[in-house]
Amino acid sequence: MNLMKFKNIYFIFSGLVIVPGLISLVIFGLKLGIDFTGGSLWEVAISSPQENLTAEIVAAKVQPVFNFDQIKQSGAGQYLLRGKTLSSDQKIQVQTELAKLGQVSELRYEIVGPTLGSELLRKTLSALVIVSAIITWFVAKQFKELKYGVSAILAMLHDSLVLLGVFSLLGYFFDIEVDVLFVTALLTTLSFSVHDTIVVFDRIRELHRKFHKISFVELCNVAVIETMGRSLNNSLTIIFMLLALVLLGGESIKWFAVALLVGSVTGTYSSTFTAVPLLIVWDEVFAKKTQQK
Amino acid sequence: MVFFILILTFLAVFIALPREFRLKFGFKQWQVDQIVKVPPMDFYLFGKQIYSEFPLKQGLDIQGGMQVLLRADMTKIDQIDRLAALESAREVISRRVDMFGISEPSIQTSHSGDEYRLIVELPGVSNADEALQLLGKTAELEFKLQTTESAEATQSAIAYLNQFQSTGLTGQRLKRADAQFSQNSSQPAIGLQFDDEGKKLFAKLTTDNVGKRMAIFIDGLPVTVPVIQEPILDGQAQISGSFSVEEAKQLSIQLRAGALPVPISVLEQRSVGASLGESSVKQSVRAGLIGLALVILFMILLYGFRGFVATLALVIYAALTLAIYKLLGVTLTLPGIAGLLLSIGMAVDANILIFERMKEELRAGEELERAMELGFGRAWDSIKDANLATILTSLVLINPLDFNFLNTSGLVRGFGLTLLIGVLISLFTGVVVSRTLLRVLLPLVSKRQIPANSKGARS
Repeated sequence: MNLMKFKNIYFIFSGLVIVPGLISLVIFGLKLGIDFTGGSLWEVAISSPQENLTAEIVAAKVQPVFNFDQIKQSGAGQYLLRGKTLSSDQKIQVQTELAKLGQVSELRYEIVGPTLGSELLRKTLSALVIVSAIITWFVAKQFKELKYGVSAILAMLHDSLVLLGVFSLLGYFFDIEVDVLFVTALLTTLSFSVHDTIVVFDRIRELHRKFHKISFVELCNVAVIETMGRSLNNSLTIIFMLLALVLLGGESIKWFAVALLVGSVTGTYSSTFTAVPLLIVWDEVFAKKTQQK
Repeated sequence: MVFFILILTFLAVFIALPREFRLKFGFKQWQVDQIVKVPPMDFYLFGKQIYSEFPLKQGLDIQGGMQVLLRADMTKIDQIDRLAALESAREVISRRVDMFGISEPSIQTSHSGDEYRLIVELPGVSNADEALQLLGKTAELEFKLQTTESAEATQSAIAYLNQFQSTGLTGQRLKRADAQFSQNSSQPAIGLQFDDEGKKLFAKLTTDNVGKRMAIFIDGLPVTVPVIQEPILDGQAQISGSFSVEEAKQLSIQLRAGALPVPISVLEQRSVGASLGESSVKQSVRAGLIGLALVILFMILLYGFRGFVATLALVIYAALTLAIYKLLGVTLTLPGIAGLLLSIGMAVDANILIFERMKEELRAGEELERAMELGFGRAWDSIKDANLATILTSLVLINPLDFNFLNTSGLVRGFGLTLLIGVLISLFTGVVVSRTLLRVLLPLVSKRQIPANSKGARS
């Protein structure tokens, strides 16, 4: 079985996933949560004598006092209010209005000042840069050949784009926000991505040492087939855990788990179907150039 | 080695189990429903008592509570006094929090560049608004004179406090407060220095009231009640008494909070009701158990007996991880739980890598036991390299050196920490523990050879 014969198909497939996300990223961007923008997020449970207390009824009660950007139902009898930062006086006013609807209990309340949001954005970016730099250095040092390093980094970039694109689309269509935990998931995805890639590359290198005469493409093919079982099995166990967390875990870390899940799926895919084909392409281009000389 | 692992497992399970839990299961006519109590660790080692109940620390997002990030406005404070002022503000807030009766509060300070901040964590606080008002107030320091001395005052605290009358001298007139040594007795003492107006006021007060008590109140409560020994005209007062050096230092920090009043504003506030955290944890734990069951099933279906050994290693892994959390005092947050579950999924990676190698060696015609040793040996390089990236990333997330340019969010750190611990322990259980177990257990079953191509041909 020659898996690497179809490398263009893999590239096209990646493109099909990445391009819509990329377009969405450019046009809609990411929907940033209050961690980054600043503002308030308030979740309350109202046990109301009134049956079927909709978010609209709550909004009608509350909006005249404080103009929230969004009020929606987050569960049975639970409501999520988002908006700009409230002062404590404003909060009390809103509370009084809510109390008219029924017994109110506060589930969570968060306010983030605007300066803090931009600070977090800065810190997040530097964490991304540092992690990428460390991983690049690590791969370069580990494999000593540029083509391995570059391929691994490109695969990592591929995974980041997939994750960012997916969340840009989720943000546009389902109002899913990007918070500090998303960034954490992104960083974890980076390390997953190289985790698998390193295992495949390790095998290619090992085979390369053993069998000098076999062509590079064939080597890669053998290595991919040999490591695929491990790669799939391991990803499956991770996916089991994350899927359980997405489907059954609490609401508050659901999208964090989704981000990790998307990251681990694309991380697994990209090691075999992006990093290795890239390696081959690099090898071909380089080989042609030396022949021309 | 086997014994070492056995002992380690036993210890880990002992530490990891909750101190009290309900065991309830039934199988046909057998029904078990019992409260199991695990004794706390309590023994003597070299004559020292060692006692611990190993509590599992829960983050605010789980047990409910409030986290507030406060910004201390230092614009009116001299550059050199700023750190001292921040420390004083911390002191004032911790006094207020103590008054509020909150167990295990945490108040930390941080500063970078011109930003001075306080991070206050109050577990179990439900009335966030009240607590917030308490925190945001600037410290009020007041000098009060004892004007009457009633017999009632010894019995009632309010009557005692009512004996003191305001003098009009406040913390605004105080320039500094330092711990120093008394000139006469070289005992630890506290030196106060007033500004010009304070100097005049203080001179008048001390001249008129020699022998009386002059109390210093902070936030309406006396922190020290010295007697005026003599008129002080130069604005340099000294409070002496039988302080220890530490007490003098502590008191001066409190007084400085009055002398260097720092306006405080709220940058960020997060509060979570206990019910939300509790239900999230229940859901996450249930999700984790189901995920774990799936992983175990998967491993046994795929690798048969070896999968069972990997499962044993996984159980040891889980016990060790929880034990480490308790021993290191890791605060468990919801993202932390996600990190833990993730690391369980990753923990079998080493096993899978090794088992796949074993299969290859078996296919190549090696003996079972030799294939096992080869599998472990060859897979180690990949395992090591592959996990290093995860370890480095989790270190960036944890930010152990408190770099300013990286995050300091408790949630992110919680995730990073559980991920790091998970990966490190999985290296141990996945490689050392499962190899030892396989070495011991494999000969028992090796008579009925495990077929080399148990998963069918794959090429």
